[in-house]
Amino acid sequence: MAELAIKPLGREAMAERVARDIPEGWLVNLGIGIPTLIADFVPEDREVLFHSENGIIGMGKAPPKEQINPFLINASSQHVTLRQGGSYIHHADSFAIARGGHLDLCVLGAFEVSDSGDIANWARSADEPVKQVGGAMDLAIGTKRLWVVMEHTTKEGAPRLVQRCSYPLTAKRVVKRVYTNLAVLDVEPRGFVVRDMLPGLSFEALQAHTDARLHQA
Amino acid sequence: MIDKFVPSMAAAMEGIGDSATVLLGGFADVGIPRALLAGLVDTGAHDLTIVAVAGGREGSANERLLSLGRVRKLICTFVRPASIAARLFQRGELELEIIPQGTLAERLRAAGAGIPAFYTPTGADTLLAEGRETREINGRLCLLEYPLRGDVALLEAWRADRWGNLVYREAQQNFNPVMAMAADLAIAQTYHTAELGELEPNVIDTPGVFVQRVLHVPEGEIHG
Repeated sequence: MAELAIKPLGREAMAERVARDIPEGWLVNLGIGIPTLIADFVPEDREVLFHSENGIIGMGKAPPKEQINPFLINASSQHVTLRQGGSYIHHADSFAIARGGHLDLCVLGAFEVSDSGDIANWARSADEPVKQVGGAMDLAIGTKRLWVVMEHTTKEGAPRLVQRCSYPLTAKRVVKRVYTNLAVLDVEPRGFVVRDMLPGLSFEALQAHTDARLHQA
Repeated sequence: MIDKFVPSMAAAMEGIGDSATVLLGGFADVGIPRALLAGLVDTGAHDLTIVAVAGGREGSANERLLSLGRVRKLICTFVRPASIAARLFQRGELELEIIPQGTLAERLRAAGAGIPAFYTPTGADTLLAEGRETREINGRLCLLEYPLRGDVALLEAWRADRWGNLVYREAQQNFNPVMAMAADLAIAQTYHTAELGELEPNVIDTPGVFVQRVLHVPEGEIHG
């Protein structure tokens, strides 16, 4: 595969790019990995409510060390805070939020996304002996919008935006938008539509790093 | 007089037998009934089915229960590949049922609420649906799920009174309230006790009708 002439975005820059598109008032769940970093790039005065699966609505930033509350962690087991106006709920209500269509947005990481919106993010192969499901399937089917943030290709250069996922699916036809280290793409009935690209990157170069066919906006 | 406080761990564990299905509250390090779990290890009960969010962290009492070979089946949402649970499963010494976290919570809730079965789109288009009953509802493929009931639930609370009313703090509730509803015998350990009437009725998280026994464990752990 052709070498890129430009430098792809790093993890923080990808998170910052997603954060720009989250408007005030949304209820948002962020998956582990790059998605978790997104909250740091949403300014405090923009009132976005973050939900955590273990029962937090209105999760705030990490506390300074001396203010850590051992009873207050998020779904990634990190110490967090509660924003004014926030609340605590139990697990069944927390997943009623996820499954019942109450989340405006969920952002997850993924191994692969197909151009029909299928997502694979929970197992590397069907034969993997021990699998980790967690809450991804519940979030993927229940949220009003599912966005994925991930690197455009694997470390070896294999495309992650594909015609058909080769890894076991988390859910079918659910992803609405993908943020990669190269571009922002919407999933529409005709397939991946490129909304934004890194400056200096050509459509053809992006296509060369993508398995699925890309469409111009 | 109703008094659900028990004086000792032995009294808390009384009647938990072999082959029991045990629901374990908690998420990561929060809301885990550590003392009760240690008490369960000491009962010697075996062939247990354990229902918990995960397969037990390193050094946890849940992990000890697994490593002692007391668990026949583990129902949870993930197991770390390097954990004892994963190793036991790969050696054929442990049955493992991995289910989505929302499905776990809802199956427990269904058990507590008397719902005989329900359909959910969660997992319907995945490997987890293989060989199972699915049905298209309003144009969406859904998977049939059954309630998950426990013989026993082990819970952790912040405050409790003698009627078994429970109050949690911050993210401590997680699975504890639904597990209380879903078990025949719900046993809670509590950091603090309250006089009857002292807990504000509007802030009682788990009403005592769902709780059978309460053990006061001041620091959340057994001492001495």
